[in-house]
Amino acid sequence: MEKIFQKLSLTSATLVFVLLIGIFLTLYSAAKPAIDEFGFDFITNPDWNKEVVLENLDDEAIIDEDDVAIADEDDAEIADEDDVILDEDEMLLDDEDETATKTIYGGLVPIVGTLLTTLIALAFALPIAMGIAVFLAEIAPKNISYVVGIAIELLAAIPSIIFGMWGLYYFAPIISDLFGGYQVSLLTAGLVLGVMILPFMAAITRDSMNTTPAVLKESAYALGATKFEVIKDIIFPYSKVGIIGSIILALGRALGETMAVAFLIGSVFVLPQKITDPTISIPVAMANNFGEASGLGESALFYLALILFIISFAVISLAKFYFLKKAK
Amino acid sequence: MSVMKIKKFSFTYAGVDHPSLKSITLPIEKNKITALIGPSGCGKSTLLRSMNRIHDLYPGNKYDGKIELLNEETGKFENILEIKKENEFIKLRQKVGMIFQKPTPFPMSIFDNVAYGLRIAGIKNKTELKDRVETALKGSALWKEVHDRLDKSAMGLSGGQQQRLCIARAVAVKPEVLLFDEPTSALDPISTGAIEELIVELKNDVSIAIVTHNMQQASRISDYTAFMYLGDLIEYDKTENIFLNPKEKQTEDYITGRFG
Ligand SMILES: Nc1ncnc2c1ncn2[C@@H]1O[C@H](COP(=O)(O)OP(=O)(O)O)[C@@H](O)[C@H]1O
Ligand SMILES: [Mg+2]
Repeated sequence: MEKIFQKLSLTSATLVFVLLIGIFLTLYSAAKPAIDEFGFDFITNPDWNKEVVLENLDDEAIIDEDDVAIADEDDAEIADEDDVILDEDEMLLDDEDETATKTIYGGLVPIVGTLLTTLIALAFALPIAMGIAVFLAEIAPKNISYVVGIAIELLAAIPSIIFGMWGLYYFAPIISDLFGGYQVSLLTAGLVLGVMILPFMAAITRDSMNTTPAVLKESAYALGATKFEVIKDIIFPYSKVGIIGSIILALGRALGETMAVAFLIGSVFVLPQKITDPTISIPVAMANNFGEASGLGESALFYLALILFIISFAVISLAKFYFLKKAK
Repeated sequence: MSVMKIKKFSFTYAGVDHPSLKSITLPIEKNKITALIGPSGCGKSTLLRSMNRIHDLYPGNKYDGKIELLNEETGKFENILEIKKENEFIKLRQKVGMIFQKPTPFPMSIFDNVAYGLRIAGIKNKTELKDRVETALKGSALWKEVHDRLDKSAMGLSGGQQQRLCIARAVAVKPEVLLFDEPTSALDPISTGAIEELIVELKNDVSIAIVTHNMQQASRISDYTAFMYLGDLIEYDKTENIFLNPKEKQTEDYITGRFG
């Protein structure tokens, strides 16, 4: 009997690894064409789905000069529009001039979008979640703490699409009133993401604070510590492990969140100049573009997925490593 | 001479309809060791925890009577049950320290543990901190064992060492009274011996009240003994009288092991 259990648990443990490696390999093989085509430049290239003239770069330069006299680098936007016009021209010209074009894909915009929304979410949620946890664990009377605790757990259970809609209709206008800029933006997406990860960060942190032994707190009070000192010097260090755990979980959720962000980030492949600019994140890019993607475009989406996989993996390993080192 | 006078003190826990302590009157003598003995649940810890008002961390408990503490500066006794403000609680607890049943090292280094009470009392001077930590550790017979690893986590010490660390931590703030709640019940006999020796030495500097369910311990180290039963103080006397010549039948039954 014992042997069966041992084998069973060993198999399931191996299964987890096989699954992990399997997912990685599938992603990798699907991303392979894009990786071969774009290499690591993919990460730094801000252009997604852009037609460029393949050869005869001189030709392009000539056309540029012909059609647009002042295609300055400063007027990037104008240049872009011109490019589009140019592209149409090229298509018309294609047969005659035999100018070959290709579509290039770069992942910089969604990568930046993902990292920044996550960062904003965390920066917003962490202090508030800690405050709520301290309030629930140490300050509020038992009955209030109980009721608020249940409310927070309910909040954590709300599906993300509801957060997305709420964010779009009620939160986004407020944000743009307060900070200017667009309603859908990096900031709006990040803040709503923050609201989403806040409840379970608070709940997990509260739970680990509650595991601080009463005698440990009493020992500090018995030395003349104030409540604030007990929270800062005893409860926080004691529940460090749980707090870091909650941050890791929150990071994981924020990095991969699709639905809410899809409503709020604007979904445009434009590198944001300000925090109030719309942009796109990796999961949203994938969700929005898989339908019509094929060939290299599809492979590029897999490349993005692979990058998200690696980012999540790296962030979580880093946090774990840090926490393991600290805990020793 | 007394350092504390407990007068007709009654205590009722929140949500409980009967008192756990009933009109206790008891002195704590200066630079002596007073042992509180009695069967489990008789109220020893409840009484001890009233003496630094650590009970007040939890709402709803009811006090009655007086617990007076000698103010060393004025020579007058002040009723600690009248304390309401946080800074007065802090002062009280700096004067009346407490050591618990299980060692309670904080999740920080050995040095920081002992320095904790000093730092929150506002002492920032590094040399003063170092001196007082060293003195406290020497006074708690721990210096030799830890002087070369003061920056290591206190969690790595043995149970007995951790308990001596907690004593050093309490001693460092120079209290007038130290309350021990069964400080050796989680320790092996050798560590227990070391702690007992330490407590006896400490009475040169502080007055001590110790809860113990180990009667040999009470007879070995204490000068006065109070026997409690079901929330009442049955008998209080010099330790030798309690153990050799008790006046009350219940005391005699308890110390001869006929109940408890
Ligand atoms: N927090 C509490 N709430 C309610 N009753 C308590 C609490 N702590 C102790 N008691 C009760 O008070 C009485 C005395 O307990 P205690 O002082 O811990 O006894 P001792 O230390 O002598 O073993 C017991 O009947 C116990 O059940
Ligand atoms: Mg007790």
